[in-house]
Amino acid sequence: MNPVEHIRPAIVMIVLFTILTGLIYPLAMTGIAQVIAPDSANGSIVTVDGKAVGSQLIGQLFTKDNYFWPRPSAAGDKGYDAASSSGSNFGPTSAKLMARIKSEAARYPGDGPVPGDAVTASGSGLDPHISPENAHRQAARVAKARGMTVDQVNALIDARTEGRVLGFVGEPRVNVLALNIALDAATSPAK
Amino acid sequence: MTFVGWIQIVTFFALVAVTAPPVGIFMGRVFMGERTFLHPVLEPIERGFYWLAGVDSNKGQDWRAYVVAMLMFSVVGFLSLYALLRFQAGLPLNPSGFGQVSPDMAFNTAISFLTNTNWQSYSGESTMSHLSQMAGLTVHNFLSAATGIALAIALTRAFARSQMRELGNFWVDLTRCTLYILLPLSIVIALALILLGLPQTLLPWVKVTTLEGIQQTLSMGPVASQIAIKQLGTNGGGFFNANSAHPFESPNAWTNLIEMWALLVIGFGLTFTFGRMVGDKRQGYVLAAVMAVLLVSGSIAAYVAESSGNPIVTAAGVDPSLGNMEGKEVRFGTALSSTFAAITTGTSCGAVNSMHDSFTPLGGMVPLFLIELGEVLPGGVGSGLYGILVFAIIAVFVAGLMVGRTPEYLGKKIGAREMKLAVLAILILPVSILGLTAIAAVLDAGKAGPLNTGPHGFSEILYAFSSATGNNGSAFAGLTASTPFYNVMLAIAMLLGRFAYIVPMMAIAGSIATKIKTPIAAGTFPTDNSLFVGLVIGVILITGGLQFFPALALGPIAEHFMMMAGHLSP
Repeated sequence: MNPVEHIRPAIVMIVLFTILTGLIYPLAMTGIAQVIAPDSANGSIVTVDGKAVGSQLIGQLFTKDNYFWPRPSAAGDKGYDAASSSGSNFGPTSAKLMARIKSEAARYPGDGPVPGDAVTASGSGLDPHISPENAHRQAARVAKARGMTVDQVNALIDARTEGRVLGFVGEPRVNVLALNIALDAATSPAK
Repeated sequence: MTFVGWIQIVTFFALVAVTAPPVGIFMGRVFMGERTFLHPVLEPIERGFYWLAGVDSNKGQDWRAYVVAMLMFSVVGFLSLYALLRFQAGLPLNPSGFGQVSPDMAFNTAISFLTNTNWQSYSGESTMSHLSQMAGLTVHNFLSAATGIALAIALTRAFARSQMRELGNFWVDLTRCTLYILLPLSIVIALALILLGLPQTLLPWVKVTTLEGIQQTLSMGPVASQIAIKQLGTNGGGFFNANSAHPFESPNAWTNLIEMWALLVIGFGLTFTFGRMVGDKRQGYVLAAVMAVLLVSGSIAAYVAESSGNPIVTAAGVDPSLGNMEGKEVRFGTALSSTFAAITTGTSCGAVNSMHDSFTPLGGMVPLFLIELGEVLPGGVGSGLYGILVFAIIAVFVAGLMVGRTPEYLGKKIGAREMKLAVLAILILPVSILGLTAIAAVLDAGKAGPLNTGPHGFSEILYAFSSATGNNGSAFAGLTASTPFYNVMLAIAMLLGRFAYIVPMMAIAGSIATKIKTPIAAGTFPTDNSLFVGLVIGVILITGGLQFFPALALGPIAEHFMMMAGHLSP
């Protein structure tokens, strides 16, 4: 048993597997993906009037009263930086976490406790969804800013609420970008 | 806790239980050299590899030659990956124009992917070129997984054979594992993920202007192909910083289920491979049962803790019905997030779909404790099987002491030499985890790392060294680990956890293989029943619990009482 005799197979195997699993495999998958699912393979880009406004999978920042707001985000300095995904990583007894939760909760006036996802940052900082309860909590604010009735806004939310897969996998949710685009479409004749 | 939450957890484990046996049986056929339906396509490639590498596929290796081949392969793999990261700035497929990776970070990353840890002190989307992600990191996702499985198969042969020195051929096991098992499964999983919405492109990013007029740069790349093997090979290194919490790595509940399935199926499957190769299927079932009992218990504990929420947050007027949502995604909720946390640390995967750092204290202690149990539930691909076999050896020895019989496992007498080596192997964990944590907790360079203060800050350091030693790679990610101090210290922990464990384990294999396989007699302590399941569980819990309980008391347990009393850390 001579260690030197293993040098050739070690080098050759690294080179061959780099070609096979590092170049052929990902490039072949890329080629197939571009044919069978070109939209999602390139990021599920959403366009409005021919202009790319975001990805249906990636959350984006909304701060104006006439849009639904996403969850707090720790991605990048201002949140929802899609080149800098991150959670807050605050521990459960962090004073900074509690200060943030209290200031966020103040933005969601209404009856009863604030929905949990409205005041907590997601793991990615790019969560595209909010819970249906969170969306309904914002309905009155959005309706007022848009000159719509709360019932009209609630109906839009219900139409955009996605249920669990097969009825039991995952959680009910509303895609914020899709809801806000629907909101713009519903009120555009009035503009 | 909700009924739907429990149904999701039960359904997931049932899915793994149904699919792991056929995968395990298939792996057994590959390693026993039988023909499979993939041979007509792959056999010419396999032969070509041996011819170019100068490997005689019929030539067996004893344990020393097997280990030296593995080590040589690891050294070459380390050097090539290190070089790739250092020179990525001038190499092709770098559309974002990233610079070279710093020496300490390249060192840490190369060790990390070599050891199947995939600890990431870098942020993928702002550091790694497409070439580094594909030809560097993806390659080592395959090869470190194949190396682990090869070693487990070598140990399995030691129990299967009687009076033999040879444990197989490392190059053959490595090649077959990659070609017939990892690559085909990765292709299937990658295609499924592509159809379910993951990006797979050579574009570096798309720039958009949001509805409110903000510029947003959407980082992307060849994601699906890397995520498939990162889960399947229990590697865990994400394409993006946020790992499987990132909507581009796992956009919906389906992709999450597939990724969770992929990270368990080989680990559980290998127990069935083991049973077939040693000629006694029940021995494999026993190991699977040990893993399943502890892993499901961990998932339940994490789900109970996370779905109960944080009482301090509830007191601030927040609805607790969704559970603790800090660091979690709406589409996954607490049930799928807690289960993912348990299985990614019961294995050595370390991928995350939620941020463990923001779990409740006891919810976060579950992944930490599962790593410290030695990651044998079902563990990293390969490393989990050889890990649990070391525990099984200790269990038969303990049983032998209790009833006054010569300890035997699968017809092989366990002697003083094997016991010394087994104890040496399991001592690596506490020495590295507790020793290095202690050093980091007293040095200024170590104390500068944690984001959080109080007991949680200590938990962040403890988790980092547990994760690195266990070759897990998940993190309490508040810790700033991209400093030279942590890059080097954690690389040492990763090396100890991988190689200082493998060498004594393979020495056991070498000595077991040469022993006579004695037939089962009336006096043999049975290792194929529920009593032995309980015994192995006891050994795992006692070694894990006793060694790490004091450290856990200083971190998560202390923080739990703080949280219940409503105290905050500044």
